Amino acid sequence: MPAPDIDPDFHKILAHADDNLILAHRLGEWISKAPELEIDIALGNFALDHLGVARSLLHRAGEIEGEGRGEDDLAMLRTDREFFNLLLVEQPNGDFAHSIVRQFLVDCYQLQLWPDLAASEDVVVAGVAAKAMKEADYHYRFSHGWMLRMGGGTDESHTRAQTAIDDLWRFTGEIFEGDNADYRTEWDQLIGETFGEAGLSVPEDPYQKAGGRIGYHTEHLGYLLTEMQWMQRTYPGMEW
Amino acid sequence: MDAADLPGDGMVTTTTTQADIRHLVAMVVDPEIPVLTIDDLGVLRSVEMVDETVVVTITPTYSGCPAMKQIEDDISSALDRAGHIEHRIETVFSPAWTTDWITEEGHRKLADFGIAPPTPVEAVLCPQCSEAQPRMIAQFGSTACKALMVCSGCGEPFDYFKQH
Repeated sequence: MPAPDIDPDFHKILAHADDNLILAHRLGEWISKAPELEIDIALGNFALDHLGVARSLLHRAGEIEGEGRGEDDLAMLRTDREFFNLLLVEQPNGDFAHSIVRQFLVDCYQLQLWPDLAASEDVVVAGVAAKAMKEADYHYRFSHGWMLRMGGGTDESHTRAQTAIDDLWRFTGEIFEGDNADYRTEWDQLIGETFGEAGLSVPEDPYQKAGGRIGYHTEHLGYLLTEMQWMQRTYPGMEW
Repeated sequence: MDAADLPGDGMVTTTTTQADIRHLVAMVVDPEIPVLTIDDLGVLRSVEMVDETVVVTITPTYSGCPAMKQIEDDISSALDRAGHIEHRIETVFSPAWTTDWITEEGHRKLADFGIAPPTPVEAVLCPQCSEAQPRMIAQFGSTACKALMVCSGCGEPFDYFKQH
């Protein structure tokens, strides 16, 4: 697959922005549907955190690109091939276990990403990352807590958590492409400790699927964008 | 201070000092916790004159805080009401906002309003009866910055402004 013909600085910031934008949208889909009111509010909170990060990064991406595109243009008027988020974040919510496992896998990555980006030379990126770092801490506390509860809970919750891990594992290798390779060791360790405590296991199937970072997505992103973008495409120029 | 208190019936005159303008901006309240001004919250970082323009710098509390746009609009309206003072609002992310920036006055106002101000979670006191060691009901409350607790003394549930 050919890499996208795009400025590397612009691409890099878009990739981080898109991870957060798409995950925010998925988390937002839970609002009013979570198993308990407190969880509903928690997931809504996380969605807002990720959306806030995405907005700031998209705005910055637009400045770097220098073509006059703002956060709304970049969020609402790109097609799926122009999105560079991880395949993991666009996967459908599934049951509660799927959403929590997805969040946990992302949290373990972002816990390392944000401190790194907080030292970035780009002051906007550094500022956004410094803020997001604190938020990732409590996202992790929440998802980690649920991993333990589901893994060590009933047979039903354990089975659902393990099924979610088995389903989503093939999208995790992509996290560590390029500059992110260094995060693998600590990520494996965080995952290993939690899974160990929760009695869950890392799948043995080594098959991995990638492509998100170069704009080749699973079928799910197109449907997500259709819902996310329809208003802007129907009423062009609308602002958040 | 309201625009009406400014010299010249709200028109900007040469006697509208930078301190007046700062005061005007500092009085803008948080739309979600209206007992706190943006100054109490520490969201207002600076008000400066650059050439003939007032430059207001703010820092968001949380990345996705939906109140930020409202706060910007409210600052703009306050300055417009005071005589269309030329201004621009800049958002700065670094250094990241922390609850340490909430002033002592802010802490007092929060407690009076029934919200436990940000302290380490083990030091939280019930804003109704000051009983220590309330129980956490939910890490996430009515807004991103608050958690829900219940007092072990009087049994009242209350919001706790999370230390962050």
